[in-house]
Amino acid sequence: MPAIETEGLAREFEGGIKAVDGVDLEVSAGEIYGFLGPNGAGKTTTVRMLTTLLLPTAGRALVAGHDVATDAAAVRRKIGVALQEAALDPLMTGRELIQLQATLHGLPRSRGRELGDALLHRVGLTLAADRRVGTYSGGMRRRLDLAAALVPEPEVLFLDEPTTGLDPVSRQAIWEEVQKLNAEGTTVFLTTQYLEEADKLADRVGIISAGLLVAEGTPASLKAEIGRPHLELSLADEAGPVERCDEILARFGKPLPSKDGILMVELEHGAAEVGPIVRALDEAGLAVESLELVRPTLDDVFVAKTGQHLEGSEETDETEAVPP
Amino acid sequence: MIARLAADTRVVAALGTRSVKQTVRRPQLAAPLLIFPTALLAIQTGGAGRAVDLPEFPPVESFLAFMLAGAMVQSVLLAGNSGGIALALDMEMGFTDRLFAAPISRFGVVLGRLAGTAMLGAVMALWFIAIGLVFGVSFQEGIVGVLWVVVLVSATALAFGGIGAAIALRTGRASVVQGLFPLIFVILFLSNAFFPINLLLEPAHSVAEYNPLSFIVEGIREPIVGSFSATAQLKAIASVLGLGALGIVLSAAALRGRARRGS
Repeated sequence: MPAIETEGLAREFEGGIKAVDGVDLEVSAGEIYGFLGPNGAGKTTTVRMLTTLLLPTAGRALVAGHDVATDAAAVRRKIGVALQEAALDPLMTGRELIQLQATLHGLPRSRGRELGDALLHRVGLTLAADRRVGTYSGGMRRRLDLAAALVPEPEVLFLDEPTTGLDPVSRQAIWEEVQKLNAEGTTVFLTTQYLEEADKLADRVGIISAGLLVAEGTPASLKAEIGRPHLELSLADEAGPVERCDEILARFGKPLPSKDGILMVELEHGAAEVGPIVRALDEAGLAVESLELVRPTLDDVFVAKTGQHLEGSEETDETEAVPP
Repeated sequence: MIARLAADTRVVAALGTRSVKQTVRRPQLAAPLLIFPTALLAIQTGGAGRAVDLPEFPPVESFLAFMLAGAMVQSVLLAGNSGGIALALDMEMGFTDRLFAAPISRFGVVLGRLAGTAMLGAVMALWFIAIGLVFGVSFQEGIVGVLWVVVLVSATALAFGGIGAAIALRTGRASVVQGLFPLIFVILFLSNAFFPINLLLEPAHSVAEYNPLSFIVEGIREPIVGSFSATAQLKAIASVLGLGALGIVLSAAALRGRARRGS
């Protein structure tokens, strides 16, 4: 049974705005599924429908085998949710939040306390557990949000842009935790604006644009769809026989137009051809100054599928703690 | 069934406790409940204490004894408003999404907030009872009367909390709920909270006669200044139930609207 299954899932808002326009998804149990898209593409609306916070206007969705529209309570018992912007009460302490979450999920008081301690330890917040959330940094808030999402020991964990706005160290900490959770068997549905995040974490990626799923597959297969890797090189003696070099490169693949003295060739058989090319150039007496194998990125996939670059992929500012 | 009820009660109690802590920890929510009504009580009893000598003023032990019920109702009206503001703030920061994504009913979330407002109502009632005792008010119906005052004030807080919650759920904006603050004083002054109805001039007199707040104030005031009467108490209970039902119906409708709109 898939962990998440949708058929023609759609949500239209007042004024006829179609935020999600017929999305078909199938996420297997134990998978990390990366849902990529720019702001306003429909990622959060999809997550809100899958987490029962928003009713679909068309189509259907099953999460952990339960229909989000007709069996919402059963879905809520099986999922953990960390929504965008870590919606935390700045006046509560970390421990109070986790214990409230445990009560909401019907755990007995003693079990809630025990689990709360374990989860706060897991995300490295034991020392800050009795401080008000308003004094936490952005990374600490995200980790607390993740701990709260883990309280029901979910089958399916929804993480809506879990690292947006975090510094690289905090982002890495969240990634490691997500990988650990997945290794323990939790299915993870992760929305992100960060290509690197999807590339690093996701078993499969879905790209949503203007409410439509425009591409889906493993990061490797999506990149392979876009094109083969290409080699960029520059010769030590630029006044030398560039034409001779072009002839050699053409034996290994399709030459691409050179740019600023950099010669480029799309490789027929990928990285395996780098060695033979270097040897052929050496035998021809052409000294190479620099050489780089460039593989297609998810950004290339994104551009090819949506005609635009993904926004926000370079934002890395840490949110400062603001006392309440 | 009993286990389910116990679990729901725990959730409502936990959310109610959070609501009380939130009010206590946010001075801008807590201060109006305590400072305004206490200050107004001090000013009015200090400056207009001889009002009891006016002809046709009902027989009371002191002006403070007469004013306590008005101060309590003012306090719980503000508590209802503060509860609405806090709920709207929860919505603005997305905290209600965390609650709505948990396996509890959406109305349970509102009930938790109302439970917190009712707890605050009880605390405010005890505060003004303490003031009364310190300044020499002898509660005419004794301990039973005091307990009844606490129950009625707490229930009134819950009822007004329902209306505050409905407005918060309908608008989703704390500033709108906060904007109702002056209206509370208008409603209060058009009742018998601070002056006997028979001494009010028209049109305030007619409005106060039918203002449900007047019935509630009378129900609270009776055991402080005199003895229980079935008619006054039944009118007070009916008013609290009516306002409570109105708050619950409006809150339920606003919740349905939000679920439909997806906000």
